[in-house]
Amino acid sequence: MTATSTTLPTLGRPLAPWAAYALVGAGALLMLAPFWLMFVFATQSRTEIFSLPPPLWFGNDLLANLAILTERIPFWRNLGWSLYVALMSTALTLLFCSMGGYAFACFEFRFKQPLFAFVLATMLLPSFMNMIPTFMIMDALGWIDQPRALYIPGAASAFGIFLMRQFVLSTVPRELIEAARMDGCSELGIYWRIVLPLLKPALGTLGLITFIASWNNFIGPLIVMRSPENYTLPLALRSLQSPVDTEWGALMTGSAIATLPLLVLFALSSRQLIAGLTAGAVK
Amino acid sequence: MKLPARLRLSPALAPYALLLPFFVLFAVFGLFPLLFSLWLAFQAWEPTDGLAAMRWVGLENFAFALQDEWFWKSLKNTAWLAVASGVPQHLVAIPLAVFIHTRLQRLRDVAVGAYFLPYITSTVAISILFASLFSTDFGAINAVLGGLFGIDAIDWLGRPEHIKPAIAAVVFWRYVGFNVVLYLAALQTIPKDLYEAATMDGASRWQQFVHITLPGLKPVMFFGVTLSVIGGLQLFEEPFILTGGRGGSDQAGMTTAMYLYRMAFDFNDFGAASAMSWLLFALVVGLTWATHRAFRPKAGQA
Repeated sequence: MTATSTTLPTLGRPLAPWAAYALVGAGALLMLAPFWLMFVFATQSRTEIFSLPPPLWFGNDLLANLAILTERIPFWRNLGWSLYVALMSTALTLLFCSMGGYAFACFEFRFKQPLFAFVLATMLLPSFMNMIPTFMIMDALGWIDQPRALYIPGAASAFGIFLMRQFVLSTVPRELIEAARMDGCSELGIYWRIVLPLLKPALGTLGLITFIASWNNFIGPLIVMRSPENYTLPLALRSLQSPVDTEWGALMTGSAIATLPLLVLFALSSRQLIAGLTAGAVK
Repeated sequence: MKLPARLRLSPALAPYALLLPFFVLFAVFGLFPLLFSLWLAFQAWEPTDGLAAMRWVGLENFAFALQDEWFWKSLKNTAWLAVASGVPQHLVAIPLAVFIHTRLQRLRDVAVGAYFLPYITSTVAISILFASLFSTDFGAINAVLGGLFGIDAIDWLGRPEHIKPAIAAVVFWRYVGFNVVLYLAALQTIPKDLYEAATMDGASRWQQFVHITLPGLKPVMFFGVTLSVIGGLQLFEEPFILTGGRGGSDQAGMTTAMYLYRMAFDFNDFGAASAMSWLLFALVVGLTWATHRAFRPKAGQA
């Protein structure tokens, strides 16, 4: 196989450069088109969304859609819960994961290697394995319909611990920690006053990833949240879907509002986000 | 602020204290529920009856799952979707990454950003948008197909034979950029002098691609394909929203993850649902292992 293919002439002519550029450019537009349509549809009424050809530019129905949206579901409340859960989840994750990552990076202790392997292995557990058990444990704890059921279970994520460990290894000098210890700084003091400030860039990355994951989380609330006024946004939007009479304009407005913060975060920090989200894969 | 010495954490205990939150949370919300679901897979139980009503039924739930026509159908749907959305992701991402790597400098970040953006957006919001785009009579996708190619309106989400391609397209759209970034990172690790030497020896671009680039990407291909397999077998949100949570006509869009959700929360059979989740888990583990085997260098070739 290797022998024959070297003697083969080039298989077909490679695409002319301009055609390749055009193809990649068209692909990029195709990737972005749904976002454009989402924001255009958010400003159109249901009849306009489903007219032929579909609208490609903004209309005048944003406020009308918003009125329908807030009348059908407690939209601002749902938005507030999304924000609250995402912030709580981010704060706890940053705390617990920086602690764990620091422990794996800077300490020698019994069972360190097997414990780290164990943490990594938990990352491989598919999410569907958790659906039924999560419901059962939340039911047992009386946490059904409680927002804390959404932000506490994942607060010490294995991915976060892994990410933090990599970062501590590459940025926190061991000598600095030794020196602080010699000077009588307590272990908690070293973590809080020396390690944490050095971790700021990594905390930013992990914070973004955690916030976005929580903001988008659908399966979690689907399983534990019961009353519409406690829904987070994805679940609230899904509740507007109905087989017979879906308010598409309002639904698009809600979806666009749910998507907007993500676009802003991505515009501000796409490099950091991409690097963080693929960190486990690349190393 | 200084604590008395005996209350202070010793360096020997500090790492355990620092790792405590992970192990406590994992034990309570990960391990215990998981073991409980394994136990549950051997029980007949409906949550409305209370915990005392649990009854040991041996392998009955597994037998039920394996004889359940819908379970098999959901597995076939899932496999179809995993292949139809996963394979094109890599077939597109590899040449795309090579193109971005070799041809784009200033526009590199813009291109990568455009392809990556779908990965971070809310699956629910975007699936809702696609549900409207796939609408039969007035959806944008049929409008484009009809306008450009004269294709008759397709009932994307209503006909069993069209639901799966529609779901696969959304999944492809969402994850292709993630794979592009994976391959871009791997391309940067292939030494440049390999290409220089090949050019000196008169190797064409295609030959360089086949003999230098592809072998260089092999480890990441293993990783990326494994992620696609695992991800494909877990598909839940996209089909859930696109089919309104019910699997679509003739259950053509019902994935196994969706089916076991319905088995538990719509049909109240937690035992059968648990058995199904363990069967699917075994499949994920098996396929990951098979992917590993397939990408391992064969004896004598390496």
